[in-house]
Amino acid sequence: MAKLTSLFVILLSFFCISEAVFEDQVGKFDWRQQYVGKTLFAHFESNTQSSKKMFVATDKNIFASFNSRTGDLLWRHVDKTGPEGSIDILLLHGQDGRLLRSWDTNIGGLNWEAVLDTGSFQAACFVAIQDTVKLVAVLKKAAISLHYLSNGHQKWVENLPDSDAVQYQAVYSGGEEEVYVLGVVPNSHLTIIAYSLEDGEIIKQVTTLALSSNLHCCVVVGQGVLMCVDPATLALYTLPIQAEETPEFSQILLQVLYLSPTATTVSFSEPVLDVEIINTFLCCCCFLQAFLVSFATTGKKTVAAVMTPKNETVSCPRACAINLFSVDSGRRLLDTTVLFPLEPNGGKPHTLYVHAFLKKDDSVGYRVLVQTQDHALTFIQQPGRVVWTREEALADVVTMEMVDLPLTGTQAELEGEFGKKADGLFPMVLKRLSSQVTLLQAWLAHLWKLFYEARKPRSQVKNEVTIETLSRDEFNLQKMMVMVTASGKLFGIDSKSGSILWKHYLENVQPNAAFKLIVQRTTAHFPHPPQCTLLIKDKDTGLATLHVFNPIFGRKSHIALPALPRPILQSLLLPVIDQDYAKVLLLVDDQYKVTAFPSTKNVLQQLQEMASSIFFYLIRSDQGNLSGFRLRKDLSTERIWEVVLPTEVQKIVAVKGKRPNEHVHSQGRVMGDRSVLYKYLNPNLLAVVTESTDTHPERAFVGVFLVDGVTGRIIHEAVQRKARGPVHFVHSENWVVYEYWNTKSRRNEFSVLELFEGTELYNSTVFSSLDRPHLPQVLQQTYIFPSPITTMEATLTEKGITSRHLLVGLPSGAILSLPKMFLDPRRPEVVTEHSREENLIPYAPEMPIRTEWFINYNQTVARVKGIYTAPSGLESTCLVVAYGLDIYQTRVYPSKQFDVLKDDYDYVLISSVLFALFFATMISKRLAQVKLLNRAWR
Amino acid sequence: MASVPRLCLLLSIIPTILILCADFACCNTGRKTGDGLDTDFSGFSVPLEHSFEVDDVSRFRMRGALQLRGGRETSVSLSQSQLSEEDRNTLKEVAAVDGLYKIRVPRVSLTDRQTERQMDGYLTAFVRACSLVESHLSDVITLHTDVSGYLIGVSIVTIPGACRGTEVEDEVDLEAFNTTLTIIPPTNAPQPETALFIERMDIEHEKRGKPQEQKSFFAKYWMYIVPLVLFLMMSGAQDQSGGGAANGGGR
Repeated sequence: MAKLTSLFVILLSFFCISEAVFEDQVGKFDWRQQYVGKTLFAHFESNTQSSKKMFVATDKNIFASFNSRTGDLLWRHVDKTGPEGSIDILLLHGQDGRLLRSWDTNIGGLNWEAVLDTGSFQAACFVAIQDTVKLVAVLKKAAISLHYLSNGHQKWVENLPDSDAVQYQAVYSGGEEEVYVLGVVPNSHLTIIAYSLEDGEIIKQVTTLALSSNLHCCVVVGQGVLMCVDPATLALYTLPIQAEETPEFSQILLQVLYLSPTATTVSFSEPVLDVEIINTFLCCCCFLQAFLVSFATTGKKTVAAVMTPKNETVSCPRACAINLFSVDSGRRLLDTTVLFPLEPNGGKPHTLYVHAFLKKDDSVGYRVLVQTQDHALTFIQQPGRVVWTREEALADVVTMEMVDLPLTGTQAELEGEFGKKADGLFPMVLKRLSSQVTLLQAWLAHLWKLFYEARKPRSQVKNEVTIETLSRDEFNLQKMMVMVTASGKLFGIDSKSGSILWKHYLENVQPNAAFKLIVQRTTAHFPHPPQCTLLIKDKDTGLATLHVFNPIFGRKSHIALPALPRPILQSLLLPVIDQDYAKVLLLVDDQYKVTAFPSTKNVLQQLQEMASSIFFYLIRSDQGNLSGFRLRKDLSTERIWEVVLPTEVQKIVAVKGKRPNEHVHSQGRVMGDRSVLYKYLNPNLLAVVTESTDTHPERAFVGVFLVDGVTGRIIHEAVQRKARGPVHFVHSENWVVYEYWNTKSRRNEFSVLELFEGTELYNSTVFSSLDRPHLPQVLQQTYIFPSPITTMEATLTEKGITSRHLLVGLPSGAILSLPKMFLDPRRPEVVTEHSREENLIPYAPEMPIRTEWFINYNQTVARVKGIYTAPSGLESTCLVVAYGLDIYQTRVYPSKQFDVLKDDYDYVLISSVLFALFFATMISKRLAQVKLLNRAWR
Repeated sequence: MASVPRLCLLLSIIPTILILCADFACCNTGRKTGDGLDTDFSGFSVPLEHSFEVDDVSRFRMRGALQLRGGRETSVSLSQSQLSEEDRNTLKEVAAVDGLYKIRVPRVSLTDRQTERQMDGYLTAFVRACSLVESHLSDVITLHTDVSGYLIGVSIVTIPGACRGTEVEDEVDLEAFNTTLTIIPPTNAPQPETALFIERMDIEHEKRGKPQEQKSFFAKYWMYIVPLVLFLMMSGAQDQSGGGAANGGGR
């Protein structure tokens, strides 16, 4: 094996492509943002004013610590995805599902981990003996166990009596020698069992009449008082747990006031407002639509923070006021009002976490962490100052696009001049002169600014990016990243700095909605603003809605949207543009009727003319059906082809076409004997990947079909035997690269398919799927890849001259930039003169992973979900955004920076040589003239 | 290094699996009608239907019968009749309005004869009617099967495929189809060629490494080492004697 590798290294060194980032370039062109996801539990470290740490556990199975002053991430633990790693409850020391874990709060190191018995988790609590927490009690469905807090060892475990009938739901410890377990038999009675802390012996067991079927609306407060709210009778019940005899519920009726159909709030007379009642707010979410209540204890004081809408309209408040109430007296504490401004395009407050502390004068101060529906976390200090905000919705980016920034006003004016029709010679000259003057003005202002800033120390010069100062840079390297998140919040992020420039929360988006982001009009059509359309499709009903917005400012466009009463099957963006330069979007519904957007008269007329050349395809993966349609003049459709892959044998897992903005510069490849091998560049080609339904390792296979999307012709059909998914693949130019798991050899493999027309082109001027009778030659090669991968994408450049790289997201969080040169089916087994001439790397079965190919050096991207590539104005440069839990943006140069002068380029030498030559020519010319003159006189 | 032979053994199995499936084709022209029918009884026949209408509403009619024979080597042949006078005119009209000529075959399995009739639905393909007319009805029909022998797709192209608007004067040219029929099973994608690579590496290694490897370091450079050692010994002895002399002088 060592022999193989060493030879390989030698081979590779011939084709060394150095791409690593230099140390001084770190963070210059790239940035990373780390997120944690939607907060489920939040805790503050201690109840002093100076404490800085807070801990959160999120729905993404992440346990993290923030600096509460800045909102920066101190440390983060990314647990497994799915139910395996889900965090059930976070006590001050954090615990985790089947595993009970304890962490050091300073550095986030794991103290210990204990494996719990199987059984569904119910509750957990700390058990204190004489006011020091020493034990953790964990209640499972059928057992209770006690663990030492210092090392996680189990003190004892006891099976719960009668666990089939009784649903045990709560555990409580009052600080004495007992731990209480509360269970309920639905609609019958409530069981309270007291265990001895020492040996787990049952001290006593009492039953009482139960109220409701579960204890979710109940909480244990104070010194062992169980509080329950019954929504049916709208009453509140209290029960002393530690009572000697059989305890009885005592009932307090609540007066209920209906304010609006959506928001119900509870009002009660003043004397009743004490700890018990407010506590019920917390647990009984059914009452809490507009109000949020949270509790905190500091020293001997327990306070409740209550959030109320500032103005009267509950449905859409502009701001919320947070007040502090003392739970002992029920009075509002003076000077504790905090105003929480709601963003116009943000979500409503969802949860409130209060950090209360005693000030020096023994009064209660507090800070509030507000989580809104759009997963944003806002930390507010007492006078109402927002300390920081974290946009945790960005932890789940679904799709994104990069949009060019607009030109500056002056540039746009100059551009606009060329577009307009001439209105006389004189006004044209005037206009030209005036625009030149404005340009001069802008240039002078720019110079002045440069001069002014040069005098300041560098640290003070800040390039604040705001929406007003946004303009395209010289090489179009700075773009607007429009990101769509699963929560339905849209973000506009500056690609250079990573700062969020705008955000827009779409309410009423279903949690399982599918999104498709379409750029209908780019910034190139001044004065028309750019236009993006987001297609939001409900996965259950298939009904879709459109959200049309300006990608630079995030504002919703007020354009008449088409009515979409039927489920949408397919959407396609046509190259047809309307009179306002917006591309036409066609939406196909389940009756195969087509809706155009925008649907002006002009567009409909164009569509009618082009109808016979507009083809589209539909794929029903549940039926294995691929079918093609043609548009008719009346915007109905006709089915023209059909391919059926029997679902008993294989199922379609993914279909990919080519990216519409992809350019291919060279039509073919020059071979060693100087002949040209032409590429098969079919823009309508679809790559369809299937997986076998038979999962036996010997019979499982992965199928790759190349289907023409217009004619339905199967161009190539390859079967990878003994393979299974997940398959990741990239389809671009004339090649498809896919990665699969080899079930026989138990390894990941890459396979590349390349299509060539041969040494002669059938029709060199234009490509038509309808007129290409010969099938292309297909070359394929397979390689071993030493790592599993999570996502894959190819680089994209402006004109397609630069060689291509594959960007591979690895589970480790690294992003590998793999040259396409290594994935070339023409890599020869035996090196010949011709292959050397062509610069083909000799075939080696193993694909190398070299650490300098990691484009994100140590900035790992946790759980990479997708990679987006966009061309920049420079041919050599491709912009890359990797998203997952984190967002990472960088630039890659697949063929190095061939169109950019190096930083250390010697301008002085070059210009001095130029000048010297220039003067030398002048002098020698003069000398020659003199000599000629002298000769003539002779 | 000990793992190399075992690995070689393991990997040498792989190329034996890489037997490429050869496609078998059989074609038949319309003029030889009936030839395919009586040659082979083990196969079965499915209808090949076509549709060409001026209003582009599909009305499929019989075009011919496909004789399919499954098994190890699937083969297919086609028997079809000539186009009628009426059909020829319709086809020309359809071509004039740039309509489509569609064909369809039922979904069948080539290997599993029991379930062949139960599968519903058709596989459809099309070609522009004008290109069919201009190519004088010379078309290439390709049937694609999947790994288990189900027909999954059909495609039709004409040679030449372009519509140049040339008039087809001769009615005889549109009478009979000149069909090339192919059946294409999926190709097996290659596995990584580890065995060949290691073999090649070994050969190269032997070629280059053998004469060099056998010589040890000492064997190779003895002519330098021996004089050096001798020189050192000599100079050391001199030093000792010289040093002794110096020491002696010191006293």
